[in-house]
Order: sequence, then structure tokens, then C-alpha cells
Amino acid sequence: MTADAVPDPARDAGAGAGAQRERSWRAGLAAGVPYGIATGVVAVSFGVLAREAGFSAVAAIVMSAVVFAGSAQFTAVSIIASGGSGVAAVAAAALMNSRFLPMGVALAPSLPGGRWRRAAQGQGVVDSSWAMAGRGDGTFDRWFLFGSTAPQYAGWLGGTILGALAGPVLGNPKDIGLDAVYPAFFVALLIAELRRPGAPPVALVGALIALALIPFTPAGVPVLAASVAALAGIRRPVAVAATTTQEDLA
Amino acid sequence: MTWGVIAGCAIVTALIKGSGPFALGGRPLPARITGIVLLLAPALLAALVVTQTLAHGRHLEVGANTAGVAVAAIAAWRRASILVVVGLAAVVTAGLRAL
Repeated sequence: MTADAVPDPARDAGAGAGAQRERSWRAGLAAGVPYGIATGVVAVSFGVLAREAGFSAVAAIVMSAVVFAGSAQFTAVSIIASGGSGVAAVAAAALMNSRFLPMGVALAPSLPGGRWRRAAQGQGVVDSSWAMAGRGDGTFDRWFLFGSTAPQYAGWLGGTILGALAGPVLGNPKDIGLDAVYPAFFVALLIAELRRPGAPPVALVGALIALALIPFTPAGVPVLAASVAALAGIRRPVAVAATTTQEDLA
Repeated sequence: MTWGVIAGCAIVTALIKGSGPFALGGRPLPARITGIVLLLAPALLAALVVTQTLAHGRHLEVGANTAGVAVAAIAAWRRASILVVVGLAAVVTAGLRAL
């Protein structure tokens, strides 16, 4: 029971809520497995890249285990590989990850518990799980989110291990088209989002903002700035029912 | 330096992912903010696709991977599974490079 969960008399808290949580977790797992496999393929190319940038196999693997943020890791390692400083690499990783700020703000009301517990749960966000766990009314199914993140963590770590250890055998990841896998992964997420009302023009404006900024700003800034396109949503207010955390009443 | 970069990346990632839930929560967002939140995903994902497909540092470049991602987009639009989508992207990109 959490202080911020709003009781819903129409729904019996207890076994029903526990079963709902279980269903969400399993549905998330099922949805996350294909993404986990795709993430694993991307992670192989990360492992190879990290070795080429001078990381030991252990360092590459530990990085994936403790950072678990693909685009930020690619950005940081690319900067090291091109002779940049450690500070520059971390700063670029932070910028690349800055999109998780608005995602976290969006997710926050769907998380139960105190500040620290919510912050801990927020660590479970990756792009695909966040996008898939949205209920379409501005709230999120947190157990679906955790469930779909879990196979992606396994894939990310497993793929990095493979790439870091077997990298020299695999050759250049570009020869087998691995550099197209990561953007294709996001294309699939984007297209699912485009089916929502109001989304296509916002996606177009977001893409144009990013395109316009690429030549002038460090990596990460174009993506963060694109979130401005979502301000169009202020003209489409959505009232959220106050029963979003019913699954936490158990 | 390697371990400093890893620790730094881990810390900034945790801070960024945790700060929204840390600062907010407990009640639904106002309706207008929810309207914005719903459109964040298409805006951010479109920007990610554009930057990952076309940006090489600060240069814009159309390459074999651009074609691979375009084919992937068509497959995704036709509701192919994520594995088909990413597999097509890799195969088309590798095929064009092998020509």
C-alpha cells in the first residue's frame, strides 16, 4: 500500500491487484524479448567499438552493466576513440541521455512510493519500454515497463560480452550492416507512436529541429531540443483518471 | 581514464533517469502537461532516428545505412516484427556496401 495510490472501490485490492501486476510483468517480458534480441545485436557492435577505442573487454562489459544506456555509451566511446577527453565523453553521454529527463517527468506520477523509491524505479526506463508502457492516456504501466526492460538488459549485457570478447574475430561491424540496426530499432518504436492522434506532425517537427541543429551543436542536443515539438500537446489536454496506481494496492 | 569515464557515465545516467521521478510524483500531471507528455515520444524518437541515420559528428551524410533504415521503416509500417525490421536494415545496408 502506498500513500499516493488512490483506492478504486470498483476494484478489489488484494489478489486482483497482484494478478494484474503479474499480468503486466509477463506482458512486458513478452513484448521486450524481441527488443532484447535486437538490443543484443546492437550491443555486439558496441563491444567491438569499445575494444577498438582502447577499452579492455572487462571495462566494456562493466560499462554496459552499470550504464545501460546504448546511445550514451556509443557517444562516449566514440569520443574517446577520436581522441577526446574523458570529461568530454561523460558530458556528451549526459546530453545524449538528457531525453530521459522528460521521459522521467512523464513517468513520475505512475510510480508509487517516496522520492528515493521512485528514483530507483526510474532507472528501469529505456526508450522502448517507456514508449510501450504508455497507456495512451499519459499514464504508464510500471510493471509492463520493468518487464520489457529486463530482456533488453540481458541482451545489452550479453551482446556486449560477445562483442568485447569475440570482436576481433567478427571484423568490422559495418560490413554486416550493424550500424543500421540501432536506428532501425528506433524506427520501429517511432512508427508505433505515429499511429496515435496528433503524433505525425509533431514527429516531423521534432525531426526537422534535430536536422537543423546537428551541424551546430554537440551530439545529444538535437534530440533534447526536439522535445520542444511536443509543446503542441498543450492544445490537446488529456484528463487522467485518478486510478492509475490501482495495481499497487496489493 | 577508462574507469573514470565508465563511473562518470553511470552516475550521470542514474541522475538523469532518477531526477524526474525523484522530484515529481504522487499525483497525476495537469491535463495540459499530459497532452505534451503524450507527444514527447514521437518527437524524441523522430529526432533519434534522424540523428542516428544521418549525423556523422556534425556532418549530415546519406549512406548505405540510410537506405537500410528506410527499408526498415516500410517494414515497420507494415507491422513486421522488430526482428524482421532490424534484420532487413542490416541486410540491406550490408548488401549495398558489398556492391
